[in-house]
Amino acid sequence: MANMFAFAESRGGSLRKVALEAVSAARQATDATGGGEVHALLIGAPGIGAKAAALGRAGADLVIVVEHAGLARYSPEVFAATAADRLRSGGYRGAFFAASAEGRDLAPRVAVALGVSMASDLTGFAFEGDALVGKHPTHIGKIITTVRLTGSPALLTLRPGAVLVTDADRTARVEQGAPALDPAAARVVVTSVGGTGDAQLDLADAPVVVSGGRGLREAANFKLVEELAAAFGNAAVGATRAVTDDGWRDPSTQIGQTGRIVSPDLYVAVGISGAIQHLAGMRTSKTIVAINKDKDAPIFKLADYGIVGDLFEIVPRLTEEVRKARAGH
Amino acid sequence: MANAFAGVDFYDVDGLLSEEERAVRDTVRAWVDEHLMPVIGDAYVEGKFPKQLIPGMAELGVLGANLPEEYGCAGLNNVAYGLIMQELERGDSGIRSFASVQGALVMYPIYAFGSEEQKQHWLPRLASGQDIGCFGLTEPDYGSNPGGMITTAKETKDGWLLNGAKMWITNGSQATVSIIWAKTGSVDDVKSIRGFIVPASTKGYTAKDQKGKLSLRASDTSEIVLQDCLVPKDAILPKSGGIKSPLMCLTQARYGIAWGGIGAAMACYDEALSYSKARIMFGKPIGQTQLQQSRLADMLTEITKAQLLTLQLGRLKDKGTMTPDQVSLAKRNNINMACEAAREARRLLGANGILAEYHSMRHMANLESVYTYEGTHDMHTLILGQAVTGLPAF
Amino acid sequence: MKIAVCIKRVPDMDLRFAIGAGGKALDSAGLKFDIADFDGYAVEAGLRLVEAHGSGEVVVVTVGPAAAQETLRKALGMGADRAIQLSADEVPFDGRAVATALATELKDGGYDLVLFGRMATDSANQTVGPMTAHLMGVPCVTAISKLDIAGGRGTAERQLEGASETVEFPLPAVVTIDEGLGRPRLPSLKGIMAAKKKPLEVKPAQLGAASLTVDSIALPPDRPPGRIIGEGADAVPELIRLLQTEAKVL
Repeated sequence: MANMFAFAESRGGSLRKVALEAVSAARQATDATGGGEVHALLIGAPGIGAKAAALGRAGADLVIVVEHAGLARYSPEVFAATAADRLRSGGYRGAFFAASAEGRDLAPRVAVALGVSMASDLTGFAFEGDALVGKHPTHIGKIITTVRLTGSPALLTLRPGAVLVTDADRTARVEQGAPALDPAAARVVVTSVGGTGDAQLDLADAPVVVSGGRGLREAANFKLVEELAAAFGNAAVGATRAVTDDGWRDPSTQIGQTGRIVSPDLYVAVGISGAIQHLAGMRTSKTIVAINKDKDAPIFKLADYGIVGDLFEIVPRLTEEVRKARAGH
Repeated sequence: MANAFAGVDFYDVDGLLSEEERAVRDTVRAWVDEHLMPVIGDAYVEGKFPKQLIPGMAELGVLGANLPEEYGCAGLNNVAYGLIMQELERGDSGIRSFASVQGALVMYPIYAFGSEEQKQHWLPRLASGQDIGCFGLTEPDYGSNPGGMITTAKETKDGWLLNGAKMWITNGSQATVSIIWAKTGSVDDVKSIRGFIVPASTKGYTAKDQKGKLSLRASDTSEIVLQDCLVPKDAILPKSGGIKSPLMCLTQARYGIAWGGIGAAMACYDEALSYSKARIMFGKPIGQTQLQQSRLADMLTEITKAQLLTLQLGRLKDKGTMTPDQVSLAKRNNINMACEAAREARRLLGANGILAEYHSMRHMANLESVYTYEGTHDMHTLILGQAVTGLPAF
Repeated sequence: MKIAVCIKRVPDMDLRFAIGAGGKALDSAGLKFDIADFDGYAVEAGLRLVEAHGSGEVVVVTVGPAAAQETLRKALGMGADRAIQLSADEVPFDGRAVATALATELKDGGYDLVLFGRMATDSANQTVGPMTAHLMGVPCVTAISKLDIAGGRGTAERQLEGASETVEFPLPAVVTIDEGLGRPRLPSLKGIMAAKKKPLEVKPAQLGAASLTVDSIALPPDRPPGRIIGEGADAVPELIRLLQTEAKVL
């Protein structure tokens, strides 16, 4: 029997999907190790506590709510100190963070503050005796490394999408906490959050990713990709490195070895030949569709469903058919 | 973006290279992937030398890379220099030709036969690409027999007066300076051949492109006319003398060409190999057929042999014992081998092989020039024949 | 400005991997090695910062065996001033063990900035940078794509999922680099020659204890071979049918 800790990531006052995944994973771990409690840490501006209920449904028994006017945005040092403080006192067996931009920044700070090691970017995990054993894609996804982490608490980051979010009729207790470090005393300060917009579905969260490559010929033609993504309704738009290098798309949307790594349920590659650099960022997608004029393009070796031909004819037709299929839902 | 070129190394020839030789090779290889490969197809089809690449090549240090650092060069050994030529020609023979001419045929004669002032003035400018050079030896009627040249240089009180015509001059129309070989004595006096540094701006010097080339299309080839072209007395390369001097330059260039042939062959083999695995015919990759495997096995064998013999040639050159005959053997073998590899690769690629999008046919067409220039294949046969029998058959 | 850049020698990811006999490491046959992708960006960032500042020093540091000196010399060839190899027969998989060695070396080195690539492309843990920062007692910003240094302070931009954030911090600091400051330059041929003459110091690595270890490694399960279902727009209805009935994603 062991208690588990989960960090509940939020942005702009809303929980991110990875917060629910971390809590769900902690729940699974607790249940698998003979029961115990899941404690979730939720940090934000006053009002963030309203999100505690959703964490309860995902599996939290207790939500520690830390509200502070100075914590509307991520504050690495304050968050790390607060999480470490709780972990130090709580006797937790495991601590779950998301392998997101924030989680990957936060978890190592917490681990080193506690004097423990951590496992990163796990796609699967199990507690075995005094060890945590996890699956970690390494070498740009070309190798699956099974890692063993000893020591307690076992800190880990979970790859987004690695666990299904559980939804149970559970009400979490809420405990008010305080930041372990005065936000005004933090050396590293996030002064603004902006850019490509929160309204858009994020690549890491989206069940469907539609990406475009050089085959689109020019930046303006990316509207075909955007329209297809819009037809799915749950899709985010990605791009190849060639395209972001040329300035057609924002670099943050680049999928590949040196960009974002995604594993959505469905990945649609439009006008993408399939350079190894790009494949490294999407090869773990569950279903891959490729549309390309060159039937010898490497992407077709990976694609579950390939269509050879002129994307300027195929994509509009596909958009229309997807829209119809979606309307039927 | 295409995948990076990984090279061909069946015999761990890499293990015979020093760390620094490998580093030089890798850096040029990466430069070719990044800067040359994306533009070479179009440059070739348009028949234009991609001169926007010159500053990058100069900055990398590939121009005259085996000449000393005191003249603004990289001071590499000859194996590293050879590997540069190999990697450039993996991209395109025309680009390697540009670098060969600049380094071995312009910078080398200034280094070997020039005065200290000439070296100090010209070598850093040529290494940095501020000046582009060409080498005027071949004439319309004197190709394999350059000693027969009829270009003359007459000494006057104002300097040297040059008259004559040169042909098949790589870099000719873009060169800002030319090394012109001319006879200072009578036209049958081969010993009177001397080299001159002739700026392209000199009155009476004109260069024009030779049109209609079906090979080396991404390289400038020109005709140079010298009509009462007056250069100062100090334009002569003081230590040059006789036909031996330009032939020494050609030995330098041929050495690089021998390496270049390996590069072109590796490019073709690499393309053929990946195509053979991707191309499905009759329900299986064509690489699973005996005919295509035979092509690939032959290419790989010949490339590996050439790698080993050329590396040893480089070691001999670094030791100072390399002979021109040994260079002839390598140039003759490697370019012939590359011609065969390019042709077989092009055939393996089927109809796709005739497109500029693929590289083998471009190499195949280029290599016909390389087969012919800097001593034709046949001339090197005769050089080797003479070397082993002692009997000239020219 | 004095900058340390911590780099790692990793296998070339473009090659095909096989599992070595012990099942815990790659088969070394045919492997080629190079500086990890993001570490190359970190070296580039260090060089640019010193160039922009007009004076300073870029010191490249690695933990690893003698073979890692080649990677250090590559960075020297790009323009770094000197190198330190913290000698270890193997690089521990545990980021904290590596961070301990780096922090021990760098702590009293008087560095204004310690740069890392955002993660090593082989072990992909993304932990060494922030752990080193904590052990050195200096602030840390991770995975930045823009960086300005002025007046003893830094301003950085980090890419988040679907957004970006601007972060300010005082120096000295540890910063881990994503892409964005500029693609790594190639070592010039003169640089490669000069690298041989630059100082490369070898010291034993004071590694921390490792509690994260590798049990085994495996190749990912093969995807079924790709399948072309048709040509042109006429194949779309079949694709829709397969997405609905076979893949069940629509």
